[in-house]
Amino acid sequence: MSLQRANRRLITRLLLAAVLMFGFGFALVPLYDVFCRVTGLNGKITNTGPVEQTAIDEQRQIKVRLIGVNNEGMPWRFGPIDSLVSVNPGEMRQTAFQATNPTGRSMVAQAIPSVAPGEAAQYLHKVNCFCFNSQTLAAGESVDMPLLFVIDAELPEHIHSITLSYTLFDISPDKTASRSEETQMGGSRI
Amino acid sequence: MAILDTTGGLDTTAGELHEEHHHGPAKGIGRWLFTTNHKDIGSLYLWFSLLMFLTGGVMALLIRAELFQPGLQLVEPGFFNQMTTMHGLIMVFGAVMPAFVGLANWMIPMMIGAPDMALPRMNNWSFWILPFAFAMLVSTLFMDGGAPNFGWTFYAPLSTTYAPPSVTYFIFAIHIMGASSIMGAINIIATILNMRAPGMTMMKLPLFVWSWLITAFLLIAVMPVLAGVVTMMLMDIHFGTSFFNAAGGGDPVLFQHVFWFFGHPEVYIMILPAFGIISQIIPTFSRKKLFGYASMVYATASIAILSFLVWAHHMFTVGLPLVGELFFMFATMLIAVPTGVKVFNWVATMFRGSLTFETPMLFAIAFVVLFTIGGFSGLMLAIAPVDFQYHDTYFVVAHFHYVLVPGAIFSIMAAVYFWLPKWTGHQLNETLGKLHFWLSFIGVNITFFPMHFIGLAGMPRRIPDYALQFADFNMVASIGAFIFGFSQLLFVWNVIQNVRSGEKASAQVWEGAEGLEWTVDSPAPYHTFSTPPKVD
Repeated sequence: MSLQRANRRLITRLLLAAVLMFGFGFALVPLYDVFCRVTGLNGKITNTGPVEQTAIDEQRQIKVRLIGVNNEGMPWRFGPIDSLVSVNPGEMRQTAFQATNPTGRSMVAQAIPSVAPGEAAQYLHKVNCFCFNSQTLAAGESVDMPLLFVIDAELPEHIHSITLSYTLFDISPDKTASRSEETQMGGSRI
Repeated sequence: MAILDTTGGLDTTAGELHEEHHHGPAKGIGRWLFTTNHKDIGSLYLWFSLLMFLTGGVMALLIRAELFQPGLQLVEPGFFNQMTTMHGLIMVFGAVMPAFVGLANWMIPMMIGAPDMALPRMNNWSFWILPFAFAMLVSTLFMDGGAPNFGWTFYAPLSTTYAPPSVTYFIFAIHIMGASSIMGAINIIATILNMRAPGMTMMKLPLFVWSWLITAFLLIAVMPVLAGVVTMMLMDIHFGTSFFNAAGGGDPVLFQHVFWFFGHPEVYIMILPAFGIISQIIPTFSRKKLFGYASMVYATASIAILSFLVWAHHMFTVGLPLVGELFFMFATMLIAVPTGVKVFNWVATMFRGSLTFETPMLFAIAFVVLFTIGGFSGLMLAIAPVDFQYHDTYFVVAHFHYVLVPGAIFSIMAAVYFWLPKWTGHQLNETLGKLHFWLSFIGVNITFFPMHFIGLAGMPRRIPDYALQFADFNMVASIGAFIFGFSQLLFVWNVIQNVRSGEKASAQVWEGAEGLEWTVDSPAPYHTFSTPPKVD
C-alpha cells in the first residue's frame, strides 16, 4: 500500500471520528435526559397524564411541600394556595397555584418543576399540571392554576416528605429584545 | 510495516512536495505564508505561542496588580472579569497548546526519521487560521459591552443569557481554534503512524512522540465536543433553542457536564506532551536510559483513558447524587497511580546517574518537583467532601497554576532550551538561561504557594476585591507574579540572541543526547531525512 493511500485512509477515519465526536456532543443532551429519567436524578418528573386508580394506602401520610419561586426579574406574584398538603399514597389530590400579573402588559410565563429528594421524582405522578403549558396573563389579570397529582404507593418507606418546587420564567415574546438592550446598557456602564 | 518498506514511496512524496525549493527556504514573507516545511511551521507556532504567552502574561499582571491591595484601585470589576477570562483562554488555547504543536512539528519528523509531516499543506492551514482566531478573540476587548467576562469555563447561563454581545466572536474564535487543533492532531497521527523510518517500531519511538500520539487522539476525541458545546450556546443565544435555558426545558448543569467532558481531557492535552518532553530531557542529563520505558507508555495511555471518566470532579458541588460523587472521587484518585509511576520513573532515571545541571535539566527537575506538588493538591481536591470547602477558592487557582505554570510552561521552556541549539545552530547562553530559571522558579513559588493558604482560608476566585485578612498573602503573590512575569523577558532576550549569534553547536549538542534528531547537523538542514535513516 502506498504512503498516500495509507494517509488518505487514516485521515478519512480520523475525520470521521472527529465528526462523530461532534455528534456525540449533541447526543449528550438526550442522553443526559435519559440518564436522569432512568436513575431518577435531577428531580425531573416524567410520569404525566392519566393514571390508573390504585388502592389508597391509609397507613402512610406523606407531607408534600409546595413552593413557588420567581426567576430573576420575573414580576408576577406566584405561590401555592396551600404550602403544605398531606396525602396518602395512591390518593388523587387537587391543589392550585395562584399567579397575578401586576404589570401593565400581557406576559407569558412557563413554570419549571423540580422535586426533592430526587429519588421521589419517579413516584410523583402528575395527572394535570399548569406546568405542562405556558401561561398567558393580561395586564393585572389573576388566575388559579390547577395541579392534580398522585403519589405512587411504591414510594420507598424512608421518604416521609416531598418538596415540589416551581420556578416561574418570563418567556414573553418581546422579552428577548428588551433583555439584550439591558445587557448592552449594562455593558456600556462597565 | 508494508508502508515503511516502500522507501521509494517516501522519497517520491518528499520530492514532489519540495520540488520548487530544493535548495532551502524561499525568500521574504512568502516563505512564512506559503511554507509547507515542518520546521518553518514549527517555528511559526512557537513564535505565535510566545506572543500569546506575553499577551496573557500582561493580563495576569493586571490581575495581580489589582489584587496587590484590597479594595478597587486600578480596574473596574467588569474589566477585571474580562481579564481573568481572556487570560485563561489565551494561555490555554493560545500559549500552551500551540507551543506543544510547534514542538511536535519541529521534532516529531526529525525524531522518527521522516522527511516532513504527512500533510504539509494542511499543516500550513492549521497554523495560519490561528492568528485570525486570536485576532477575533482579542478584538472583543474593544467592542461595545466588552470582552467575554464569564471565566474561561464559560458556564451557561453566564455565557448565554447574561453574556456581552461579543460572545458570538468568542464562539467563532473557539470554532477556529478547534478546527486548527483537530487538523494538527490528524497530521501528527498520520505522521507518526505512516511516516516512521524503517526499523522505527512503535516501542522504539521516543517518549515525546508517544505522548504526542496519545494527545492527538485526545484532541480528536474532545475538540469536537467543545465545538458542539459552543454551537449549542450559539443556538441558545441567536436561534431560540433552550439547551441550557431552564425556562425552555433545558438545564444549565448540562452545560457543565458537556463542557467538562471536553475540559478534563483538555487538561491532559496540556500535560501529556510535557511528560514526553521531560522523559527526553532527564535521561539526557542523567546519561542513562530512561527507567521503565514501556511502563511510561502504558501510564500515559492509562491517564488518557481515565481522563474521560472523571469530568464531574469539577462539579462536586452542583448536587450530584452520592453514588456519583463517590464514583468520580475514586476514579480521580485512580489517576494518581499512573502519574505516580511516571514520577517514580523520572526519579529512578536520575538515581545513580551522572547528573549535570544545564538549563533544560534544571527546568525538568523543577517540573518533577513542582508538578508533583500540583498533583498532590489535585488529590486533595479529588476528595469530594473536602472539595465543598475548596471549590471556587484560591486553592483551586493554586492547584491548576502549579500544574500549568511550573508544569506545562516549564516543560515548554525546558524543551526550547533543550532543542534551541539544534534549531539555531548556536550553543545556549547557560548563564542567562540559569538566571532565567532561578528567577522563574522563585517567582512561580512566591506567586502560587501563598494561594494555597488564602484558598484554604476561604478567598473566592475571580474577584477584584477581598477581605482584609487575605491582604498579606495577596501582596506576596503579586510581588512573585511581577518577578516571574518580568524574568520572562530574559527568556525572550536569550532566545533572540541565540537565533542571531552564538558559539557553533555540534550535531550532538548535549553529551548524553540520544536519538535521530541529534544525528543531523546543528542547525538542522531545511530538509532532513529525505532518505530515511536506518534504525536498529
